[in-house]
Amino acid sequence: MSEEGTIKKLMYVNRKAPYGTIYALESLEVVLIGAAFDQDVCLAFLDDGVFQLTEGQNTDGIGMKNFSKTYTALGDYEVTRIYVERESLEARGLSETDLQELTYEDEDDDWAEKPSLHIVGSDELAQLMAEQDVVFSF
Amino acid sequence: MLHLINKSPFERNALDSCLRLAQDSHAVLLFEDAVVAAMDGSAQAECLQEAMNRLSVYVLGPDLEARGLPKERIVEGLEVIDYDRFVALTCEHDTTQSWL
Amino acid sequence: MPLEVNGKSYETDEEGYLANINEWEPALADAMAQADGAELGDNHWEVINFLREYYEEYQIAPAVRVLTKAIGKKLGKDKGNSKYLYELFPYGPAKQACKYAGLPKPTGCV
Repeated sequence: MSEEGTIKKLMYVNRKAPYGTIYALESLEVVLIGAAFDQDVCLAFLDDGVFQLTEGQNTDGIGMKNFSKTYTALGDYEVTRIYVERESLEARGLSETDLQELTYEDEDDDWAEKPSLHIVGSDELAQLMAEQDVVFSF
Repeated sequence: MLHLINKSPFERNALDSCLRLAQDSHAVLLFEDAVVAAMDGSAQAECLQEAMNRLSVYVLGPDLEARGLPKERIVEGLEVIDYDRFVALTCEHDTTQSWL
Repeated sequence: MPLEVNGKSYETDEEGYLANINEWEPALADAMAQADGAELGDNHWEVINFLREYYEEYQIAPAVRVLTKAIGKKLGKDKGNSKYLYELFPYGPAKQACKYAGLPKPTGCV
């Protein structure tokens, strides 16, 4: 963020399953902390990263915090665009219905609740990625 | 955009995913363990060759040498570069993406 | 330094946040406030309870601007503003109220 006041397009790219490594949780924390900086943020989930968003995670048996619930707070942090690659889901036997519902409330539209999760194909994701000023990989 | 790949394609899918999502005319640099992808006749060679039709693909020479991989045996048309050129590449591109 | 309340000892981190969120009970909040020279009224409890519910649902302590907005939505605009919240919690609504609520330090508090 070299020039003050310049809004940059940032994409966080998530490609690892949760719990086995620290990447998923670290990424989420960076997103939450970074949300204070008023940038144009979006998140992408591809490859094993799609497992971060599955519904019904229960970590009681592994003694770790179930941070999947925290993704549903992203709307409060004004992170409203979350892209999941369709090809990655399909390759893993998953579909949109296996994922948590993620929404945000649109301040400019009388706080109407809108979906923030978007399933996109490789071509669209490639296009979005190429448009970014900065890409953070996790 | 410059895509940086440092993991072996035989161990991780970073190169696969990068080639799936890189846009035409983007650049890809193979370094550290990713240089093993450059060997001609490997299971990866074909898709690398195909990618080179639309992307500029580079491989870091010192990492090839460190692993005893002769330049003569890498996929034809791959550009072998040194550290200075690595730095220059990152400057030439507005954005870089590290595929972990 | 452990916190002693009603003959029980509770582990805290170096900044006084409760180590184990599950050990929390209302008496701890009163004791922490007392140590800060404050006394908790209904308005304080409204925020503390809100934070505990937020954590239960999202597994995070909200950043202060997220807290302010969410309080405004739930309890009304006259409470969803920094002035009101800082008057209740002069050490910072997110930090101080989270501490009393037994939550970890808010993510996004740099």
